[in-house]
Amino acid sequence: MLKYLIPLVIFSVMAVFLALGLNLKPSEIPSPLIGKPVPVFSAPKLDDPSQNLSQADLKGQVWLFNVWASWCVSCRQEHEVFTQFAQQKAVTIVGLNYKDDPAAAKNWLQSLGNPYNVSIMDQDGRIGIDWGVYGVPETFVVDKHGIVRYKHTGPVSVNDIQNVFLPLIAKLQMEA
Amino acid sequence: MLKTLSMMVLLMLSPLANAVDARQMATAELQETYESINSELRCLVCQNQTIADSNAELAGDLRRQVAEMLQQGKSKQDIIDFMTQRYGDFVLYKPPFKGKTSLLWLAPGLFLVVGMVTVFFVVRRRKSASMQPIINDEQQKKISKLLDEGDDF
Repeated sequence: MLKYLIPLVIFSVMAVFLALGLNLKPSEIPSPLIGKPVPVFSAPKLDDPSQNLSQADLKGQVWLFNVWASWCVSCRQEHEVFTQFAQQKAVTIVGLNYKDDPAAAKNWLQSLGNPYNVSIMDQDGRIGIDWGVYGVPETFVVDKHGIVRYKHTGPVSVNDIQNVFLPLIAKLQMEA
Repeated sequence: MLKTLSMMVLLMLSPLANAVDARQMATAELQETYESINSELRCLVCQNQTIADSNAELAGDLRRQVAEMLQQGKSKQDIIDFMTQRYGDFVLYKPPFKGKTSLLWLAPGLFLVVGMVTVFFVVRRRKSASMQPIINDEQQKKISKLLDEGDDF
């Protein structure tokens, strides 16, 4: 009896580990920023480079920080979701135009629509490093106290908006 | 002849010229630290390469960051801390030993122990199996009797 049981147990244990391994997403690296204050930044706005925006300007409101670029293919896929979502005006959406050509970026927003309340430029990718950006697009949710509460790597889908972002935003808006 | 030969040597050296990173630090010591840091940090885009090996854009930006911090007089530990604060332990090729990673570090030893225990039991079982008589006394008697009977024919 034991003779047949042992291989079965070994097989089950291996199967469980392999199944776990298959379902891991190595491309999704947990952000150490969650629960910490947003990185300090001050960067020129895309539509008016003479003006800067810093994290202090956003204090007191819940905001999304979406890293995008006109060269990024999956941003195009995500863009539609955000333009739709922006119409609800549920939250302030700040764009980080990451390592992009400003002219190409403006063009992109003009032809595809602009979901961002404001976009800032990070042409040499330094702000990106501070936020731990490694794969565009990435989206962060920041609460009223300027604490990073959530990070999404990769394109945001309509499903993500409905099931993750909206409930979280509603919860953060309720917080004092 | 000499021309051809030197040409060949130059051609053979050309892959070296294409090394991913050509940045030179001010002193040999800094250069050494620079290279050692780069070979310990993971390129997060191409996850199985260090930033020293990768020519992804992010790897280039991170190398620039390392170089700048070294020029500012920051230590290796400062730079490693800077990177882990932003990208987490995942950015390190050599993960630190702590609660979450203990299994990772201890698993090889654990597997060795499990293997040795298994071998011990298997060997012991085989040994005792080979020492057990194949037939018992009663069977032996029966065999002898049958053999004796056979003599009658």
